[in-house]
Amino acid sequence: MKTSPVNLTEKEYLLPGNRVCPGCALSLAYRHILKALDGQVIVTVPASCLTVLHGMYPVTSVTVPCVNTPFASTGASATGLVAGLKALGKKDLTVLAIAGDGGTHDIGIQALSGAAERQSDFIYVCYDNEGYMNTGNQRSGSTPLGAISGTTPILGKQQNQKDMTEIMEAHGIPYVATANASYPLDLYEKVRKAKAIEGTRFIHVFTPCPPGWRFPFSDTIRIGELAVQTGWDVLYEVENGAFRLTSASEPIARKGNLRPVREYLAEQGRFKNITEEQISELQARVNARWQRCLDRATNL
Amino acid sequence: MLGSKAGTQILDGNHAAAVGAKLSRVQVIAAYPITPQSPVTEKLSEYVEGGNLKAEYVAVESEHSALAVCSSASLVGARTFTASSSHGLAYMHEMLHWVAGTRLPVILACVNRAIGAPWNVLNDQQDSISQRDTGWIQIYARTNQEILDSVIQAYKIAETVYVPVMVCYDGYILSHTEMPVDVPSPRDVDSFLPPYKPHTILDPANPRNYNLVTLANPRVNAEGVLCHGYMEIRYLLQEALQNAGETIASVGREFGGLFGRSYASMLWEYSLDDAEIVIVAMGSLAMEAIVAADTLRDEGHRVGVLGLRVFRPFPKSDVVTALKKARLVVVFDKNISYGSEGATCSEIKSALYGSGANAVIRNFVVGLGGRDIKARELAGAVNKSLPALKEGVLNDEYPEWICHI
Repeated sequence: MKTSPVNLTEKEYLLPGNRVCPGCALSLAYRHILKALDGQVIVTVPASCLTVLHGMYPVTSVTVPCVNTPFASTGASATGLVAGLKALGKKDLTVLAIAGDGGTHDIGIQALSGAAERQSDFIYVCYDNEGYMNTGNQRSGSTPLGAISGTTPILGKQQNQKDMTEIMEAHGIPYVATANASYPLDLYEKVRKAKAIEGTRFIHVFTPCPPGWRFPFSDTIRIGELAVQTGWDVLYEVENGAFRLTSASEPIARKGNLRPVREYLAEQGRFKNITEEQISELQARVNARWQRCLDRATNL
Repeated sequence: MLGSKAGTQILDGNHAAAVGAKLSRVQVIAAYPITPQSPVTEKLSEYVEGGNLKAEYVAVESEHSALAVCSSASLVGARTFTASSSHGLAYMHEMLHWVAGTRLPVILACVNRAIGAPWNVLNDQQDSISQRDTGWIQIYARTNQEILDSVIQAYKIAETVYVPVMVCYDGYILSHTEMPVDVPSPRDVDSFLPPYKPHTILDPANPRNYNLVTLANPRVNAEGVLCHGYMEIRYLLQEALQNAGETIASVGREFGGLFGRSYASMLWEYSLDDAEIVIVAMGSLAMEAIVAADTLRDEGHRVGVLGLRVFRPFPKSDVVTALKKARLVVVFDKNISYGSEGATCSEIKSALYGSGANAVIRNFVVGLGGRDIKARELAGAVNKSLPALKEGVLNDEYPEWICHI
């Protein structure tokens, strides 16, 4: 049965009234991730915006068991949950590690890479808001070229993002996918699929951040859609090596109607100082990746 | 004593630690290799791969991850073990705080080694002493028998007071030196150490969110009940360590009743009854000090030894009682708090303040980075300190260093 807003699990595991900023894409994504796992999950989370979402002791906004773990340790914490459950003979629980881009691309990459190499049995979600947003928007390994941040305040970032999804795919893990908070049903389906697979599964979720990226709170969904429409964010999954374009990226590929990256950049205050050369470089980067995706897609 | 026969085996210290973990029926082991700890992890992997220990062995990519694995595995209810040394322990520093703060009964074997720079793989105790304030109980072994016995006791202590325990033993001097060790039978250890009952568990049927952001002040929960602030939670950890001494002693006493080797005190005392001069040391040096004391007694001095078995919680009142009659206390430290003195000497002085004790105290920093320190040097240091008794200078500002070649 095709997932639709009508047949989505009604039960909520993320309660209303949490502490995230207005228009937060993470809140939307997390809600659908937890729904997809039917609450049969143990969550481990490092310092991140999700820590803020989870609330402050003794009140929390989630109804699933969680452990907060130090910044660098998410992948190892997930391994520990898996090992403990296995040692005690407890089955049927999914371990979910969920971290931001700082906690994944930067400080957490060692523990995550180690866990993936060990084929530790958990789902790792990186929600990517392209910077250290919890600490007030500093540059991360996922901040794009030309973006202004707290630590690239005048010139904007001078380097490109690292592609964490490709790095994770290179680990030879059984399931890698990208998702986007503006396409929650696609995200939901990917988490459902990942749930049924054994081994390390990695899902990258594109989560626009209104205060950090400097666009109106009401535009989160539109910015996420624009990212897909311009090829800035490509929705795909790689299951045991087989690459498929999914959701909105698939019809764009069929029609060949990718919009210029400039349209996406122009909507966000963080790119206000970007140069023409940088726009060209970003467009070339997007084009190259898009072509790679077209070449690899088995469903076109 | 229990009926079943215990067997004597010739074990090095690392092997003794691994056997202790195996007998404790650990369920999750996570470790990263470092000299001189590596043989502990190799031995445990061998037990698990050979089917002799039913446990998950996680070969992690760093020490920080080793303790993160143990931390999370403990939170779902598994008994966990890790081991490290030196830089590995330093790399764990953040997780050491986290595990103690979460009140998880993780056990860590610390094979004491010097810390760089410069590189040095040999023994001193700078590594574990540098983790003094992370909220872990610290037990120091003098022999390989004490390593094995302490690991087993550590689980019972930790799972009673919900404070993690570090069992420390000197690199090479114990870790790579073989000694006869009385290995108890699994059945006897089972009767001493029941399965781990977690104080808390991660379970969707009763969802909880651990280690959330916690404010300075108490705060009400959804039912209107006032819950602890950060400082109350910190005080509970301090209170647990303050009170842990009773548990450490009673577990040691019970162990003695079953296995014939009593650990009812947090201190090791040797010839203290009539001693005017007391040598204080920790770890294997406390055994070497016995030889020094005997030598000095042959020379006509009334010398005893106070070995520190437990460094955290520091057994202040026991130390005061043990040193009540001493006129000269000579403290040897295999560590240095730069700009001050050896860590155990500071503790001794702190314990004696206000007790009425009026002993001369001398501190010697010894054995750093594996520098040889034997009974001869210990006795020499005591002889060198004797004039201070006549001069009546109670305290020196800084320690002396013994760098014998």
